[in-house]
Amino acid sequence: MTGPVSPDISQPELFDLLAGIGRERAGPGGTPPPEPLYDRHGVLVVRVGDVVVKAHQADRGEDPDLGRRVALAGDLPELFAAPLGPPLRVTGGFGERTVTVTAFGEPVHPDDLPWRAAARLLADLHRRPVPPDAPGWGRPARVARLVERLPDGPAAGEVRRAFATLPAWIREGSPDPDPAGEHLIHGDWHLGQMVRLPDGSWRFIDVEDLGRGDPVWDLARPAALHSAGVLRPADWTAFLTSYRAAGGPAVPLLGDPWARLDIPARTLAIQIAATCVISARGTDRPLDEAETALVDACTRISRMVA
Amino acid sequence: MHCPKCRGVMRTYTRSGVHIEQCDNCRGIFLDYGELEALSRLEAQGPGWAAAPPPAAGTPPVQVHHHHGAPVHHHRPYHGGGVFHMLFST
Ligand SMILES: [Zn+2]
Repeated sequence: MTGPVSPDISQPELFDLLAGIGRERAGPGGTPPPEPLYDRHGVLVVRVGDVVVKAHQADRGEDPDLGRRVALAGDLPELFAAPLGPPLRVTGGFGERTVTVTAFGEPVHPDDLPWRAAARLLADLHRRPVPPDAPGWGRPARVARLVERLPDGPAAGEVRRAFATLPAWIREGSPDPDPAGEHLIHGDWHLGQMVRLPDGSWRFIDVEDLGRGDPVWDLARPAALHSAGVLRPADWTAFLTSYRAAGGPAVPLLGDPWARLDIPARTLAIQIAATCVISARGTDRPLDEAETALVDACTRISRMVA
Repeated sequence: MHCPKCRGVMRTYTRSGVHIEQCDNCRGIFLDYGELEALSRLEAQGPGWAAAPPPAAGTPPVQVHHHHGAPVHHHRPYHGGGVFHMLFST
């Protein structure tokens, strides 16, 4: 397990409930003890043998389109390790939560990042026909919420100034008024959203933002980290080349892709920088090297646009 | 050489020092993965606000032969706190 594991479960009652759901769904061969995989930001994920049970964030659990997103992923088993059935609603002392059950897959190992496989999987998703009932994706609403929560201080000021350069619809958390293309997109893609099946092939997990949208947003995070100088240049080249070679529609095959990537990359650089500044202040620690690189990127964004 | 799609005549031209074949008739471009990778490396580096590339940009990681075992690629690891969360969490 590579993700953050908390030995102290923040919500023991919810943990026990998820473990119980997992034991019912786990395949034959006995049920190993439940193992917490993720316990942050109001999300709790528990593995029981060959299934993973996830309690979604309370404030996102009421997405009326989640059922359709789950069904959409279920129709693309070669792309998604989709939930094994429709979402469940559970209640208890923790309130009311949405729960999904998924087959367990091996997460990405930090020493062996599958940039090429990830890019091919994204290109494949973006080339699929969009079902007429596909819901819209839910982002980029997160950046405005995070900038709202920024503390005072010089680093936060840099992030705020960069945020002011974004188009109004992003600053207001509105839907894209003029999407460049309508494709199926993952909607919140990063390397934590991939798992490897026993046969070695990769799948997406997390369908909460799956829907119809501009596919360039699925490239936004690596584009932001590359622009901030945090990625190795060869990793960005591998990711972009594999996406282009697989016929991905988000960027042109040749030439400069940054006319398309600039705004999404800026948005994600600002969002990640805001996350870092909030997290560092919350635990009263200085920014580390990579976090500082993201704040520096914000400084360059406002200087370039001013 | 003829276009595999429409049998038109293919012409070679040079773009950023990389040779590519283009069909005179349908304008289709044919290039292999290595050529596409070279063009992506040369033409897709970053937006105006991108960080200056490190001095070793574009060169493969240094190969070091350890006295036993296979060659190992050395590069900056992605483990440390901040960068791990940037790559792996929302
Ligand atoms: Zn032709």
